[in-house]
Amino acid sequence: MRPITTRDPSKERSRLRLIVVRVLVFSLFATLFARLYYLQVVSGDSYRQAAASQSLREVVVQPQRGLIVDDQGRPLVTNRTAWEVSVDRTLLGKLSSHDRSVLLHRLADAVRVPLKRVEQALVTCGDSGSKRGRCWNGSPYQPVPVANDVPQSVALRILEQPEDYPAVVTQQQSVRAYPQPYGVNLADIVGYLSPITAGELERAKKDDDDSVNGASTVGRAGIEEEYDRYLRGRPGYQKVAVDSMGRVLGQEGVDRDHPGDTLVTSIDARVQSVAERALHDAITTARATYDPVTHRNYRADSGAAIVLQAQTGRVVAMASQPTYDPAQWVGGVSSKELARLYSAKAGDPLLARAYQGQFAPGSTWKPIMTVGAFNNDLGPTTRLDCSAGFMVGNRLFHNYESASYGMIDFAKALQISCDTFFYRVGYHFWQKYGQDPTNVHARDPLVSEAKAFGFGRPTGIDVPGEASGRIADRRWKLAYWKSMKGYYCGIDKHPPAGTSAYLKLFAHEFCLEGSYYRAGDAVNFTIGQGDTLVTPLQLARAYAALANGGTLYEPRIAKAIVSPNGKVVKRIEPKIQSRVKDPAHGIAYVTNALLGTAVTGTMAWKMTGFPLDQVHIRSKTGSAEVWGKQSTSWVASYDKNYVVLMMVTQGGTGSGTSGPYVRKIWEALYGVHGSSVDRKDALIPGVVAPDALPSFQSDGSILPPKPRFAGRHGRSQP
Amino acid sequence: MTTTPSRTSRSLRAPGIDRVLMLAVLGLLVLGTLLVWSATSHRDDLTGGDPTAYLRKQLVNVCIGLVLMVVVMATDHRWVRIVAPLVYLASIGGLVLVLTAGTTINGSRSWIDVAGMSIQPSEFAKLAVVIGMALLVAERNEGRRTRVGAIEVVGMLTIAAIPAALILMQPDLGTLLVLSATVFGVLAIAGAPRRWLAFLAAGGLVAAVTVFAGDLLKEYQVDRFLAFTNPDLDPRGAGYNTEQARIAVGNGGLFGQGLFHGSQTRAGFVPEQHTDFIFTVAGEELGMIGAGVLIGLLALVIWRALAISALSTDVFGRVAAAGIACWLGFQAFWNVGMCLGIMPVTGVPLPFVSYGGSSMFAGLLAIGLLQNIHLRATATQPTRYARPLRPGHLVSR
Repeated sequence: MRPITTRDPSKERSRLRLIVVRVLVFSLFATLFARLYYLQVVSGDSYRQAAASQSLREVVVQPQRGLIVDDQGRPLVTNRTAWEVSVDRTLLGKLSSHDRSVLLHRLADAVRVPLKRVEQALVTCGDSGSKRGRCWNGSPYQPVPVANDVPQSVALRILEQPEDYPAVVTQQQSVRAYPQPYGVNLADIVGYLSPITAGELERAKKDDDDSVNGASTVGRAGIEEEYDRYLRGRPGYQKVAVDSMGRVLGQEGVDRDHPGDTLVTSIDARVQSVAERALHDAITTARATYDPVTHRNYRADSGAAIVLQAQTGRVVAMASQPTYDPAQWVGGVSSKELARLYSAKAGDPLLARAYQGQFAPGSTWKPIMTVGAFNNDLGPTTRLDCSAGFMVGNRLFHNYESASYGMIDFAKALQISCDTFFYRVGYHFWQKYGQDPTNVHARDPLVSEAKAFGFGRPTGIDVPGEASGRIADRRWKLAYWKSMKGYYCGIDKHPPAGTSAYLKLFAHEFCLEGSYYRAGDAVNFTIGQGDTLVTPLQLARAYAALANGGTLYEPRIAKAIVSPNGKVVKRIEPKIQSRVKDPAHGIAYVTNALLGTAVTGTMAWKMTGFPLDQVHIRSKTGSAEVWGKQSTSWVASYDKNYVVLMMVTQGGTGSGTSGPYVRKIWEALYGVHGSSVDRKDALIPGVVAPDALPSFQSDGSILPPKPRFAGRHGRSQP
Repeated sequence: MTTTPSRTSRSLRAPGIDRVLMLAVLGLLVLGTLLVWSATSHRDDLTGGDPTAYLRKQLVNVCIGLVLMVVVMATDHRWVRIVAPLVYLASIGGLVLVLTAGTTINGSRSWIDVAGMSIQPSEFAKLAVVIGMALLVAERNEGRRTRVGAIEVVGMLTIAAIPAALILMQPDLGTLLVLSATVFGVLAIAGAPRRWLAFLAAGGLVAAVTVFAGDLLKEYQVDRFLAFTNPDLDPRGAGYNTEQARIAVGNGGLFGQGLFHGSQTRAGFVPEQHTDFIFTVAGEELGMIGAGVLIGLLALVIWRALAISALSTDVFGRVAAAGIACWLGFQAFWNVGMCLGIMPVTGVPLPFVSYGGSSMFAGLLAIGLLQNIHLRATATQPTRYARPLRPGHLVSR
């Protein structure tokens, strides 16, 4: 040290104190060394044990899925909490093999799941012995769910006896609930959820999508699938340290979950309820009705009912039969239930007839043909013979019930649904443009018109899995012949033993000229028979185009996406797919003509007493013949605001089976009681479906939008 | 560490910078940066998937800190005295700003966001208080008053009280404790009368009791203190931090599990491991040997600071160096003690090692000041002729 030059007492004091401080610092650091030695060397073993017994558990907080509400804000699909029992495999691995098997037995008994399934659930997908669909494809640190939606009593028992259930984690999860306002089912529209597949998870990981994880459920059909990315929300991720008993020690890295967005639909629960009930009643009634053709009651094995907003293409109601209860998918569907859902015997309930079923349209096709004819040299002055029968080549085509009405115009032909009239229309164009049956490029104005009205391609509705229907034109016939000729020519050359004479003849003819588009095909096409198929939704959409002057909308179920705090994230506007060219004003003519169907035409006997002067319903019935089955009943109807369509397969005549129930839907839509109209009683306040969205309050309640008061002049005009 | 004892003793008297101090600090910086990297490389929740994110940020902190240190070293000591009051006022301004516009992290409002960086003014306040108090004593002393009496003590306490009150309002208990210990040390070295020191010690004790009994602390602060006395009481609550810290350190054993290979560190069991609990990474991954070296380096820094204090010929240098020694020493002891479970958990970073800009800058500024005092104390020429040193001059040595 430097010699001190001054004899300053204060400096002297501070020198002494510096020494004290040095001693103090030295002793403090010596303490640290001693403590370090104690922790790491003396009691190192016990800490190493503590370290080994700890493990990290990844807790995934599944987000609340977004609500689905109707046009008035009524919840159609909500959530409820359910108990989920999971197993922490890290802790399970630390148990002795005996303890492990005892635990799994006890757990399987408690949650009433077969032991084998519990064991399968615990195997990571891709490991040896993993079973597809049962194995775990989530994170290795995340507890594996082995039982969903267990009763509260069971969950509480497990929670209260942690010593009996080491490594078992019981927590609450949010699952789908279906409040069913007004008893609606909606399964075909809403769809269902099921666990994410390994492939989907892989894809999500590749796209850096953290909104799903191994325990996620995703939308599988209907709007649950279509709008899954909005509805699913974002799961929360936490890491928690647990001790060897599975007790939570503390948590790190909390990443909160975000609930999904609410989906506002244009479905109106009250209209949907009426439509579902009407379809159900139509089918029930048909099944009790005697069919004079087949001499037994109608089978009425399936059906659909659709209500669209005519001016926007939004779906107000859509029902299919047979259907299923969407709630049976919650918490995993049993294999027995699944077999029923996929069985033809139960009528394929998963097939949404409204947009996935394909049927011959029958006479409901004729308005489209009329517009086509008007655009090509026929018109309001055209008069053709509605005879009892019509010879095409060597084959006689009958009128329905062989009635004869003499020379009539298009309006009358539509109202009474005269087949021979339309045969003549079809024959006229076939003769004019398409006499060569092998020419696939021949002009066909009626086929073109059907395409212009959106048939033969998907409507673009916002649910997946829509069928596209089929227009049986020349091209289709050729393609069909090419695909089938090997089979039929084979039968023709070397008929197998026991082939019927009919089949032999058919095979011979098909092999030779199955691709020919003959006059018979052309005339059949005009009345919606033959090989042409449509989905009920396609037909309803085409009728909406008749109602709105020719605009083909992509039908929309969703109206808006609303964030959990009530902010509108996205409005889903009606989308125009195409427009029908209508230079000859065929649409206006048809719209006027179809008013008469309910007055003097095929619907008249089912519409007596209905205030047609106030609610201007245009309608067209159809009874499509299906080879080897009973006829399909169709009624398609519309006014300025709505399209109402109903069909029942093997259900009899259009007006006879569907007519009364289509009327019921119209009565409900406009508040019709007997022959008077009370618009205040209409299902949707203000009669016309609202354009505005329900308003979402900060307290979570949802208020209906202001009704659109159509007023006196807002009534549907002729 | 690499210098031989004979060279060390020679360098004590040789004019220039204190090489032992320099090497010890550089050693801490290298070790600390590695530990921060190890503690964060696997923490995707912090780094956003880039394992070197914190490494790079900490390297930037170190570089900025070293530049600040060199600037202070190269500054004429007279300039230091002129700038000191400004530093003090600036830190008070920062503390006021924090209370009005600060961001809250872990329950206390201690940070302000400046150009994308979170600055913690209370770190700088510690240095500012040391300099401010030393300056006051020096000015009084050089005005031919040699005794440190009541006026000086009250003046020094006032200098400390303003930032202390502001820090109390955040509230930042850890910084306040370190500041109190530092103030006590500065008073002692400055030569305050014994009865004053005794009075202050008693006052501190009374204050502590009042704070505890009078519900003046936030609940989590009380919990942490109580958990320290019995960590097993509630392992998932307040005692969780200290329990996990002890398990991690104990898991290291004599030789450690190897850098980047600590199982507890990898799994992220220890909260705040890259900041306040950085020592546990050393404990687990480098073991008794590595953690011992870390403590040794810290002790070396304190020892050199106290030596510089003794070496200093003027009052300002003597008091400031001792104050820095008290500050860094007490803070290092508290932080390591916290990781080893012998001190309560409060937010106190480990100097030169913990991740963070403010603590790094303040620490390296203090080292720069120590070197500045050392330069002047060992200069052969009389003080008044001392030329300001340029960084280039340092390198050539």
